[in-house]
Amino acid sequence: MTDTDKAPAPSRRALIGWGGAGLALGAAAAGGAVALTREGDDLQPTAAEAGAAVDFHGTHQAGIATPVQDRLHFAAFDVTTEDRAEFVQMLKDWTAAARRMTAGKAVGEGAYGGLAEAPPDDTGEALGLKPSRLTLTLGFGPSLFEKFDLAGQRPEALVDLPQFAGDNLDKNRSGGDLCVQACADDPQVAVHAIRNLARIGFGKVVIKWSQLGFGKTSSTTPDAQTPRNLMGFKDGTRNIAGTETDRLQKFVWAEGPGWMKGGSYLVARRIRMHIETWDRTSLQEQEDVFGRDKGEGAPVGKAKERDKPFLPAMKPDAHVRLAHPDSNGGATILRRGYSFTDGTDGLGRLDAGLFFLAYMKDVREGFIRIQRHLATDALNEYIQHVGSAVFAVPPGVRDKDDWWGRTLFSKEA
Amino acid sequence: MRAVRLSLVTATAVAALTAVTGCTEKGNSGDDDRVIDVTATDSKCEVSKKEFPAGHVELAIENKGSKVTEVYVLFPDDRIVTERENIGPGTKHKVTAEVKAGDYTIACKPGMKGDGIRQTVKATGGTAAKRDPRLDSAVAAYRQYAQEQADATLPLAKTFAAAVKAGDVEAAKKAYAPSRIGWERTEPVAESFGDIDPKVDVREDGLEDGQKWTGWHRLEKSLWQDKKITAADKTLADQLITDLTDWQQRVGKADITPTSMANGAKELLDEVATGKVTGEEERYSHTDLVDFKANVEGAEKSYELLKPVAKENNAALVTELDKQFAAIDTLLDKYRADKTSYDFTSYDKVGDADRKQLSDGVNALAEPLSKLAAAVVTKSS
Repeated sequence: MTDTDKAPAPSRRALIGWGGAGLALGAAAAGGAVALTREGDDLQPTAAEAGAAVDFHGTHQAGIATPVQDRLHFAAFDVTTEDRAEFVQMLKDWTAAARRMTAGKAVGEGAYGGLAEAPPDDTGEALGLKPSRLTLTLGFGPSLFEKFDLAGQRPEALVDLPQFAGDNLDKNRSGGDLCVQACADDPQVAVHAIRNLARIGFGKVVIKWSQLGFGKTSSTTPDAQTPRNLMGFKDGTRNIAGTETDRLQKFVWAEGPGWMKGGSYLVARRIRMHIETWDRTSLQEQEDVFGRDKGEGAPVGKAKERDKPFLPAMKPDAHVRLAHPDSNGGATILRRGYSFTDGTDGLGRLDAGLFFLAYMKDVREGFIRIQRHLATDALNEYIQHVGSAVFAVPPGVRDKDDWWGRTLFSKEA
Repeated sequence: MRAVRLSLVTATAVAALTAVTGCTEKGNSGDDDRVIDVTATDSKCEVSKKEFPAGHVELAIENKGSKVTEVYVLFPDDRIVTERENIGPGTKHKVTAEVKAGDYTIACKPGMKGDGIRQTVKATGGTAAKRDPRLDSAVAAYRQYAQEQADATLPLAKTFAAAVKAGDVEAAKKAYAPSRIGWERTEPVAESFGDIDPKVDVREDGLEDGQKWTGWHRLEKSLWQDKKITAADKTLADQLITDLTDWQQRVGKADITPTSMANGAKELLDEVATGKVTGEEERYSHTDLVDFKANVEGAEKSYELLKPVAKENNAALVTELDKQFAAIDTLLDKYRADKTSYDFTSYDKVGDADRKQLSDGVNALAEPLSKLAAAVVTKSS
């Protein structure tokens, strides 16, 4: 016990009690409609929802099927240590920090009140902020399996992505031995989480690249209004919902190898949009490109967003038509992407687009199958994939004694 | 590794009480004479005793009021001996300090405003707790090191200045980086004087309004950018020697403590992280890696001297620092053919990927190094 524990309680600390609320919310989310109505707007969550904590522990990691928050900080790391025990200790330290931060608490001994001679454990910028539904989701990239004698553990489903038509990938925005997806309703909470994990990781891992995202482009709560991407179209209307346990089981949760049971596979793609040329495109062409109307989001020839699309009515190269499960042998993925704008490029154009994130049971049957089919997508004229990464996302941290990656790294697991 | 505050740790009274800072002595922590209970309310500031022995004291503060408060220990002239802010209602805090015999004021500031509610107290007789003699030796050895660096720098700087004054651009370029090594190794000591660093080591972007640009970097620009030596440069070369002589003569009087040594080591790595890794420090000569190496060497010197005490207090930290110092040294060796020379690769020839690797190495070392000061004054659990 140090005096930090007795320090005046900032509201993040005061909100420890929200952990219980978070559990309740999680349960509600799993069971049904939460507090959101069809007319509700989950882009602006109610105060309680925005402030709540999402339970860090569970069969699956939070941040996949749990309700999508508004903000993202995604970081890919490379491992620099060659010492397996040191790396495992870091995963345990990360887990402890993640457990605290997702509950709205400061890392370690806190951000102030400790030794005057030592830098505080926590960096402090999230003090006074609510837990903000922070979720932290860890993934292992293919290159990690070349280290620590893990080659035999690499899942078959974790394939290196092939080169797709139109790819213009920047290696400085691609790959990574590890990733952490931090999602929260407050951007500062998400950034704080990545910053503190990176700090704990110094000497063991280095940040390879990271991406900030604002504005979710898909939701896992279909009763809420479907969010729009930066092209102005509703995105993810038929996304897998957090409540659809059958579809989650069928398309998202991995069944093996043993250490991956209950995990998933994540594909991350930085998709730059040619915003300026898109904005000069006629409404008719924009709607033809997507295969939905811009206002309601209804499929071609239908009245309502959620009406079942009649694919033959769409242009052969319409995005929805090509990406639809019916055109891909049923292939379905859980999308969880965010819009991004990293200022402007040197030519005065917005450096903006979609940071695409999708979870799936098998990368070969999910993203690769669909992306191959999108080779003729009319949308390709307006977008370019400039970053790419794929990760095996291990199962959830079960309880306070468990840690991220235990099933992979613990010999007895 | 969490650091736990021992009862015999100096808090923030470092500047005022340099002679007794960095204390690690244990032993009288159970001595009730040295514990003053301070009960703060919205209208009162009660102290359990008004007289106590000089030396180590501990304030056990409890805020029983409804407002957030602060507690200060002040000298008679209101200079702060130590303080604790943000003491919430219903919370307890401990503040420790080393005080010499004399009169002091304890002030509680409910609402953290105003002059506070004051109590006059007296420290009597007694003696200040003594510092671990190994730390005294470390400070003495570091002071000697700093002096040696200054003494060795002067002849090298004079060689540089002589070349400038002779108008010999090539000879001056050659003498430039070596003349800076001793300075870069011990820069925190020089910076502690306040006035010398802005004269000898300021960069053009660091000039304040009205400040004349003098020192190494002005000459660096002439040699590499302008490629000529002016009459003004020759005067600046003389000025550089004058200022460095001033530095050499003052090193012996520098205010050095174990904590300042540890923080100085961390500051040297900060210098590397913000100036050298980016190539900003030596933007014309691109001799950044020479400075980088010198900064690391200076940090390592402080660390080695503090290591015996740090190892007792936090063995894991020492293991990590040994590893990371070795790693950064190995990495830097990639950029010189001869490990005994300071002839490093020109930094403009170091690509982005290599710069990131250097930056990652600095982060890996600087993060644990930031915990060295705590390991010098406290035992971790």
